[in-house]
Amino acid sequence: MDLDALGNCFASSACVVTQTTSGLIVGMLLFLVAAGLTLIFGVLKIVNFAHGTFYMLGGYVAFSTLALTDSYTLAVVAAAAAMALFGVLFERLLIARVYGSNVLMQLLICYAVVLIFDDVVKIVWGPDFHAMGMPPAFQVAPLFIAGGVVPPFYAVLIGISAVIAIVLGLGLALTRIGKTVRAAAQNPSMVSALGVNTTLLFALVFAVGGALAGLAGALAAPVRSLSPGMGFSILIESFIVTVIGGMGSIAGALVAALVIGLLRGFGTIGFPMFTDGLTYVAMILILVTRPHGLFGREVA
Amino acid sequence: MRTRKIGRRTLLATGTAGMLAAPWVAGAQAKTLRIGMQSILSGPIALLGTSSRNALQMEAERINAAGGFLGRPIEFVYRDSKGQPQEAARVARELVNSTGCELLIDAEASSGSFAVQEVVRDLGVACIHTNSETSSLTADPKIRVPTAFRVARQGVHDAIAGSTYLAKFATDKKISKWATCSPDYAYGRDTTAQYLEFFKRAKPDIEVVTQAWPKLGQADLTEVITKLIQAKPQALFTLLYAGDLSAFVNQGNVYALFSQMTVASPNFDYPVLTAIKNLPTGIQSATRYLETFPDNPGNKAWGEAYRKKFNEYPTNWSWQNTVAMQFYEAAVKKANSLDGKALAAALTGMKINTPFGVDGTITMRDDHTTINYAIGWGQTVPKPPYITDVKPADWGRIVELETEWKKEQHYI
Repeated sequence: MDLDALGNCFASSACVVTQTTSGLIVGMLLFLVAAGLTLIFGVLKIVNFAHGTFYMLGGYVAFSTLALTDSYTLAVVAAAAAMALFGVLFERLLIARVYGSNVLMQLLICYAVVLIFDDVVKIVWGPDFHAMGMPPAFQVAPLFIAGGVVPPFYAVLIGISAVIAIVLGLGLALTRIGKTVRAAAQNPSMVSALGVNTTLLFALVFAVGGALAGLAGALAAPVRSLSPGMGFSILIESFIVTVIGGMGSIAGALVAALVIGLLRGFGTIGFPMFTDGLTYVAMILILVTRPHGLFGREVA
Repeated sequence: MRTRKIGRRTLLATGTAGMLAAPWVAGAQAKTLRIGMQSILSGPIALLGTSSRNALQMEAERINAAGGFLGRPIEFVYRDSKGQPQEAARVARELVNSTGCELLIDAEASSGSFAVQEVVRDLGVACIHTNSETSSLTADPKIRVPTAFRVARQGVHDAIAGSTYLAKFATDKKISKWATCSPDYAYGRDTTAQYLEFFKRAKPDIEVVTQAWPKLGQADLTEVITKLIQAKPQALFTLLYAGDLSAFVNQGNVYALFSQMTVASPNFDYPVLTAIKNLPTGIQSATRYLETFPDNPGNKAWGEAYRKKFNEYPTNWSWQNTVAMQFYEAAVKKANSLDGKALAAALTGMKINTPFGVDGTITMRDDHTTINYAIGWGQTVPKPPYITDVKPADWGRIVELETEWKKEQHYI
């Protein structure tokens, strides 16, 4: 524990700016993955253990698209689109068969998909790690704001994630389809009885979830190493985010992801040996005081 | 109670199959010489095994073209231990006892090699460890085994060479404030401590201003990088490797870390150098394997042949396995036998000519480990040859400090 260092950090604007940006970038990428996870759980009550695979495949699709087209924008769009399609196929071909059955069946299917696609990645892209490299547009010097370092690429990433958070939040709150999704989360049989095509709706939810995870994978690819099995660690962190935020709550996921990101950002200064532990301490404290998470509602 | 009897038909069938197979097995043993090779051939560090296997495949072709060992063609039997020590021990035993291998190449990472070492002690077969860099495997007389040898870098050699180079570099550039960033497990922590110990001995006035310990495989190193930048060191020493090192360079680039401090690492091997798209210029780096160091035609030709055959760069592990086979070749010729004890006697103190030695030779010392292999430090450039201006380490100095270290450890 190094509380002096933490105190000094809070006293300097440079340190606060740098660590806050670093916390925001960790948090926002986590949010993109966790948002899909929590959306799928909220509507379908499916805990998608294969969500990390969407993230991994998104990264690899972006990697190959960039290699083929030299366009990072295209790579990001392709990753999101491919994972939306993958989400639909995953839901239609596999998950749709186990709605309402034992949760262990869902777990089994998801785990099988994780293992199979880890191997598919090995066959297609090889077992060794890959690095995408920074797109030329972002190969620029970092900005200095109040003495703190803010990389332009990360500023753009935080911006994109924030826009997505807003669009997702407003879309669910205000649009007709958003309202239908929320209604389906509350009472799917009633929604179905009212003539809504729930099959289409469920597939759509998986498409959005997949696209978000694929997008996160593509946005992280320039700075993170791509390797088979990389989806696993992000899955664990995303689960923590969904649990802290409240299962099924997008706003909860956003707040929880930012809390975890900032804990990591400042924890590494004040508690260098216990940075990961802090996340779990936060989870315990929040769950003790609010058993259903920050924004969670008691499931009837 | 029913007893299970072997039926007449089963007996006949088994007997016939056995008789049919027997001459083939016997014939194969008399002719082809099987050499067992085990390593990690699957999972995230499969490159350790695959780049070792590639090198051995090239060696088998070369040796067989020259008439094999004692007139017998050699053949490798490859086994995957998946990096689990108990599996490594089981596989080693099986290779000798069931598969009929007469020599062993142990291409495991350290944890596996220590398990194999005990199997070799029990079986008395000749074995060369090709990838374990943990010094105690051969340095500690209690762990050393009469018929087991190491043809690989040794941790303590690299630590001495690296800290000697960096101490001089730091003095020349007037760098005193250092930071470290290494993976948070035994290798990262112990080896960082060893480098720092030799470093402080060579240059007592250095100050370590911060130390970061990211988890192995940690995807996002942002908070580690910003913490390092906040501490404002003049230089950073890192033992991150493979995908983690690549991620560190990519994420460090985003923060322009490499323009704010000098970075030094012994772990920039070809797979990392070639994978990183924007490799910064001027990282102080050791050469694990480099086609241009030692700068001789044999090394260059071997590297090019490997690349042509496998369409990828060789690794540090590749040259180590190649030299192991060169030692076996010379020892079998000298001992005129495959017996463990006879080969051990031949190998001990043996000096061979090889392009991977810093002066064209590598010696197998009496304590069953190699010296005089290429260790150099230079600076990175973004394109081939990736590391330039390589300065060879002084082996006299390495051996001198290693002897002191061995005395402190009560090994001698």
